[in-house]
Amino acid sequence: MALKTESFALNIGPLHPSTHGVFRMRAVLDGEVIANMEPVFGYLHRGIEKLAEERTYTGVIPLTDRLDYLASMSNNLAYVLAVEKLAEISAPERATYLRVILAELQRIASHLIAVGAFVNDCGAFFTPFLYMFREREKILDLFEMLSGQRLLYNYMRIGGFNQDIPDEFLPALQKFVSQMPGFIDEYDRLLAENEILLARTKGVGILPQDLAVNISASGPVLRASGVKWDIRKADPYCGYDRFEFDIPTGTAGDCYDRYRVRIEEMRQSLRIIEQAMKQLPSGAVKSTVPYLVRPPAGEAYAHIEAPKGELGFYLVSDNSIAPYRCHIRAPSLINLTALRDMTVGWKVADLIVIFGSIDITMGEVDR
Amino acid sequence: MVLNPGLGMEYHWQALPPDWPGNFWWHWLAFSVIILAFVLGLVMGFIWLERRGIGRFQIRLGPNRTGPFGLLQPIADAVKVLLKENIVPAAADKIVHWLAPLVAFVPTLMIFAVVPFQDGALLADLNVGVLYIVAISSISTVGIFMAGWSSSNKYSLLAAMRDVATVVSYEIPVVLSLAGVVLLAGSLSLNQIVMAQDIPFILLQPLAFLLFFIAASAEINRTPFDLLEADSELVAGFHIEYSGMKFALFYLTEYAEALAVSAIIATLFLGGWRGPVLPPWLWFVGKVVAVFSVMFWIRSTLPRVRIDQLMALAWKFLLPLALINLVVTAVQVLAWPEASLWAMVPVNVAIMAALVVTWSRLLKLGGGRVEV
Repeated sequence: MALKTESFALNIGPLHPSTHGVFRMRAVLDGEVIANMEPVFGYLHRGIEKLAEERTYTGVIPLTDRLDYLASMSNNLAYVLAVEKLAEISAPERATYLRVILAELQRIASHLIAVGAFVNDCGAFFTPFLYMFREREKILDLFEMLSGQRLLYNYMRIGGFNQDIPDEFLPALQKFVSQMPGFIDEYDRLLAENEILLARTKGVGILPQDLAVNISASGPVLRASGVKWDIRKADPYCGYDRFEFDIPTGTAGDCYDRYRVRIEEMRQSLRIIEQAMKQLPSGAVKSTVPYLVRPPAGEAYAHIEAPKGELGFYLVSDNSIAPYRCHIRAPSLINLTALRDMTVGWKVADLIVIFGSIDITMGEVDR
Repeated sequence: MVLNPGLGMEYHWQALPPDWPGNFWWHWLAFSVIILAFVLGLVMGFIWLERRGIGRFQIRLGPNRTGPFGLLQPIADAVKVLLKENIVPAAADKIVHWLAPLVAFVPTLMIFAVVPFQDGALLADLNVGVLYIVAISSISTVGIFMAGWSSSNKYSLLAAMRDVATVVSYEIPVVLSLAGVVLLAGSLSLNQIVMAQDIPFILLQPLAFLLFFIAASAEINRTPFDLLEADSELVAGFHIEYSGMKFALFYLTEYAEALAVSAIIATLFLGGWRGPVLPPWLWFVGKVVAVFSVMFWIRSTLPRVRIDQLMALAWKFLLPLALINLVVTAVQVLAWPEASLWAMVPVNVAIMAALVVTWSRLLKLGGGRVEV
């Protein structure tokens, strides 16, 4: 007996607990199964790229904080690298090492939220989420020592840092680095072989390798599909070629691989931080930079491996004190383009899990 | 297996426990008040316990501002929810929308009519008690479906569909796992089942306990089977369009169902009110709270399964195991009626372990693209 059935459209978001901000997925459902899915974004558009044209080069740094607000340090870093490239300024050695330490700390903090929120999307009742927040708090404490802020740091400057790290920072960092591996093992004990988590994520939301490359995905999303691509190795900046670390990759490209890659990247980040702390030279943290940076006319693109993928800043200068054009290559937005291909044919519950596994921040998607 | 000799044949149905003072109406009134107080009091206790307990699991404090240790938090919440505005969606089916919380809540309350608080202390010692529980507890589903449908909200409709599918599937393993207990006790009356438990049935029927715990958790939608509330997918599921006291009734139903399942498990598997030294009712309440603690422990640990995995669990895992358990129990009761009960404990535990290991090796829940 064939029943006459009708598909219906379900608006998931923009106000929904699992959309990680104000994202809308217009899903056409055939019962529980997703027949079509259309992402709708733009609810958080603030015109940051346009605003940047009205500010001095230094004045843009606070704006970059507000892109991926879970990884402000990385945004700062990408932007100041672009300006330094444009104005041909180089940061002192100590600042370079500090930048590596801060970027890797930020990666750990961002991945903690990514994994915690992802497991929450799978339906865990906040326990892994809060466990991970416990360690993120420690990183935020470290950043607060430096910048006085816990979310939007505005700490990096063109040509280095505004001020050197306080004396108590390195001992606190040392303590964190020695404790953190134990905590990551704790997450693994709770999650890595959890039967329900495996059932929900293994083989779910597969992003094939060729598709991942074609949409120019980056970060953990790309690496989980088995592509060994990491800008820290492929185009080293801040002297990443001086450190020893591995690039964890997945094989299947499913949600579970994306989760594993993030967990492994946290371990690798700790390795980098340890090496950078050992090699940290003394000296100035800022090279001599004029109060108003006036780069020669031209253009520059600098990209870094941000927690969510390749974060790039493209700057055009007309030899004035403000950028003529500032374009941001936001990894969240570009990784998000694979969402439809990954979700059609799965169930509503999987849609949330797959979406969570991409790990986006709406501040960066909409800019 | 020696089971309370003489129980089966001589026992006949009694409307009242013989030593209960007063007539039918006094009995009815007294126990109705006791059940209401028990359910409402313990539900408040549960809410407090769960919030505090989960707080501890999640390395935070939980509610601690209202009264000592936050004990008055459920009362504060109840007052708040009572004063909230009652919002009904414009497109809702008003009558069904109004009726749904009642249809969901009342049957849950009725379950406690046959649960003995101590020897003979129960509203109605039905000789079909287990059957009554199974029958009456399914009615709540109708209420939940009414709520999901009448709200005219797609999220709540999805949740309602999920609930009906769950209950239809899980009713079978629930009944089959209870059948083993009934075979052992030789009675459907809950009081008689408690009397028959010289050894708690959890030891004699470990597999049935496991199956019942899982299936009942699924039926009352506790994590990891909380698909119809699924806050990460369906926001709040079937009660998304409910506010004020009607929402409170659903909230109450949820916890009253958890309480009912805890009470049934305590009665059928953990020896009910039986226990040394302490008064029987205290043993009963203690066991109920212990079972509930396991429930919120699970809730704070596990993620949620998907709807097709939920169905697969019922039909591929629970149903065959429940059938095997029923057959094994029947053979044991029939073939070795004189065997010592204690000798059966290791045998049954070994059978359970073997079956669970075999099944978990044979079948996998997860993965795989959904076939449309």
